[in-house]
Order: sequence, then C-alpha cells, then structure tokens
Amino acid sequence: MKEKKCELTKQEEFVKSHKRHHHLITSWRFLILVLFLVLWEASADLGWIDSFFFSSPSRVVLLFIELCADRSIFLHIGITLWETLLSFLLVFLISLISATLLWYSTKLSEILEPYLVILNSLPKSALAPLFIVWLGTGTKTIIVAGISVALFGSIISFYTGFKQSDSEKVTLIYTLGGKKRDAFFKVILPSSVPVLLSTTKVNIGLALVGVIIGEFLAARQGLGYLIIYGSQVFQLDLVIMAVVILCLIAFGLYRGIQQIEYHIRKG
Amino acid sequence: MQNILELKNIGYSYHSLQGETKALKNISFGVGEGEFVAVVGPSGCGKSTLLSIISGLLPPERGTIAVNNPDGSLHYPRVGYMLQRDHLFEWRTVYKNVILGLEINHMMTPERLAHVDQLLFDYGLDKFRDKRPSELSGGMKQRAALIRTLALDPQLLLLDEPFSALDYQTRLMVSSDICQLIRAAGKTMIIITHDLSEAISLADRVIILSARPAVVKMEVPIHLTLSDDSPLAARNAPEFQSYFNQLWEELGCERKEM
Repeated sequence: MKEKKCELTKQEEFVKSHKRHHHLITSWRFLILVLFLVLWEASADLGWIDSFFFSSPSRVVLLFIELCADRSIFLHIGITLWETLLSFLLVFLISLISATLLWYSTKLSEILEPYLVILNSLPKSALAPLFIVWLGTGTKTIIVAGISVALFGSIISFYTGFKQSDSEKVTLIYTLGGKKRDAFFKVILPSSVPVLLSTTKVNIGLALVGVIIGEFLAARQGLGYLIIYGSQVFQLDLVIMAVVILCLIAFGLYRGIQQIEYHIRKG
Repeated sequence: MQNILELKNIGYSYHSLQGETKALKNISFGVGEGEFVAVVGPSGCGKSTLLSIISGLLPPERGTIAVNNPDGSLHYPRVGYMLQRDHLFEWRTVYKNVILGLEINHMMTPERLAHVDQLLFDYGLDKFRDKRPSELSGGMKQRAALIRTLALDPQLLLLDEPFSALDYQTRLMVSSDICQLIRAAGKTMIIITHDLSEAISLADRVIILSARPAVVKMEVPIHLTLSDDSPLAARNAPEFQSYFNQLWEELGCERKEM
C-alpha cells in the first residue's frame, strides 16, 4: 500500500516536471518575441535607430489598421495565398505523376536522371525573367515561378521514396499473382506516405518562395508586389509589414500541413 | 501417391558483366500430393532460386517443371508462397491483409470471403480482424500470413525459411503450429530451411542439395516413431538423432569440398 502511494507520487512528479518543462518553453518563446518588440519600439522612440528606415512595431500596426480599413490588404494577402496554394497543389500533382512514370519505367528514369539533377540545382530565380518574356506579367508567370522552385526537388524526393520501398513486399504482391500496377497501388504508394508528407512540408515553403520571386518581377498585386513597391517609394513600414505578414502565412501554411499529416497518420 | 509436381533437369545461372554464375545445375525430383518436403543445403547454394522457379516467379533456363497430363500436356499446380518474413502491411487491418490476394486477383466472391472468415475463426484471429498487424504476437502474424496464402486456395505451399525472423523459442512453437495447420488443410508443402532439426521434425522427406552449382545430393525419407503427430514431439523420437547425424555428415563433407 505504502509502495503504491510512493509510485503514484513519482508519476505525479513526472507529470508535473513535464508540464513545468512545457511551460518554460512556451514562456521563453513568448518572452523573446516581447523583448524583441519592446527593444525595437524603444530604440525607434529613443532615436537609436532611424524609424524611417527601420520602422517600429507601432508604425507597422498603425499601417496595418489603416490598410484594413480600406480592405486593400486583404486583396494582397488573398492573392499571394491563392497563388501559393495553387502552385503547391500543382507541384504535388505533377511530381506524383512524374515520379510514378519514372518508377514504372527504369529506362525512362535512367535516361532522365542527369536532366533532373541539373534542373534541380539550377537557381530558379535565373529563369524568372524568361518566364516574364514568355508568359507576360501576371498570375500565369507567378504560378509557373512558384512551381519551378519546388518541382524538381519534389520529383526526386518522391521517386527516391518509391524506390526505397521494401522490395520483398513487392515480391509478395507478385507471389500473390499481382502485376506491376498492383505493386504500385498496394505497396509503393501506401508505404511512401511518410516521404510524400515530409516532402510536402518542404514544398509549401518553396512554393511561397517562388510566388514571392514571381511577384517581385511580374505583379501588380500580392505581398511580393507590396515589398517591391514599398522599397521603391521608400515606404519601409509597408515593406516590413508585408514581411511580418509573410512570416505569419509561412507559419500558418506549415501548421496546416502538419494538421493534415496528423489526420492522415491517425487514419 | 500421385505426384503434384515434377522437376526435370532444372538449370539456372545468374548473369552479370563479370560472367556467369551457375546456381542450379541439374535438379530433378518429384513431390507427391499431401507430402511435406524439406530442402536443405549449404548457404548460397541456390535454394531460394529453386523456390522462385517452382513458384513461377523465375522461368528456368533449362529443364521442365510441372506434371504431365495423360494427353502429354503439362499442368501446373496452384502455388502459394510464404516469404522469410510475414510482410503484413501496417497500413492495412489484419482482415484487409489476409484478403490482399483475393483483392489483387479480383476474386472477392462470397464463398472465398466466407472461407477467409472461417480460417480467421479457426485460427483464433477473429477478434483481431480490425487490429493493425503490429498489435499481433509473432505467432499470430505467421497465422495471418498463412491465411493470406490459403485464401487463394493453393494446392502446393512453398515456404522460404519462413520462421527465420523469429527468436528461437517462438520459432519452435510457430513452425510446429503452422505446419500442423497446413497438414490439417490437406496441402502439399516444400520448405527451405538451414535448420536440420526443423527439416527432420517437419518433413516426410529431406532433399539435400550440394554446393553451387547445386545438384540433388541425396534424398532422405523420414520415418519417426511418434507418440502424437506434432513436430515438437518429433524432436523426441528415437530416430531423430540418427537422422540428424546422417544429414550433418552429408552437409559436412559439402563444407570440406567448399
């Protein structure tokens, strides 16, 4: 009886220290943010930094409220989000189909390997001016830029994932009388779900990078456009506000994918 | 006893740019209906290659395999293959795993599914049908893998060191269990093993292969005086030790020749 009670308190102690640990982590995260904001605001107010160049939290918030009032900011955020999600979905579909074809045909994958490697290591921003000449300035160019940044790495990751599936499980399908098609749908695809998910997490960030590059060069709307416009007219409050919103969007998209991942793994 | 399978002068070589590696030279033997045959041999002698050829996954380079019909044509038995590990898919439930073969062959008929239900019930897996494979014990996983094989109603079962991934104690129990179930189902079985005790306790006949390129070195029919019919009891049969010594010596001189 006494022993049992002792065990219980040990367990309670563990839970307590676990909670304390989490509490500590959360508090420090919050504290860093608050300290950073306070320091920034104070430096601007006390004239340590020039708030014309470095802005300040209060100026950013005021500008945001102002832009919320005329609703223009929502248009910019919406456009960037929409372009990012569309590029991301297209990257997912195109790389899934391409990786599948490469897996089906060993010849094809051997032939295309050097091209994939080159396209993957090429800095995609180098292509952006070409996209503008070919596709004009507008949504099409931005989506293509978004796709180009993530696509080739994604194809390579998917294909590598497919190839790493347990070959004995594939043999099992053949011993049960299955064809290559069955091997793909019953073994390769379901066993590659973790690889697909982790690649997807990287892709959403890369799609955002591509879309912002595209908007820098070829847009009249969107957060990338706001950043370029703001820097050209020396309205740095606008630039910094757009960057802060981008941070929040990147965080939100990543969290969204994490949620989907959690549901897929649980299901 | 009528033969269910007849191998005649089977030969097989692996090819690479470095040259040809002869795996099987000239293998001939028959397997009767309902018979349990164990194939033993030095490691790397091409046992698994032989099983792949019998299963039809690998076409032989030379020789014929199958049974002659009265009209002179060949007919091939329906073959089920159990690999070295159970390979149950973690992303499927136990039930979805055992009907995998039916799904692939588009044979999800009510009779076949009823047969699977009966097997799940008989083998005590009924309660676990909606669980994931990782929730099963080693023995239950092997039973599930056996149901997956039996669902397609094969005449001949091929087992490629099917219990080698298990620890020794589990292995004794499971190999005995699985082989009794296969006997009860009235199937014919060819098992590859490197464990001589396992071969003697499970099989009606042991076929010894030579080192590569493999030929059939000797066939040893096993007759044990048994109190009951379980492979575990077979290990206590009075003849067991002399069979063991005989096989050991045959394989031993193989080792010296290598």
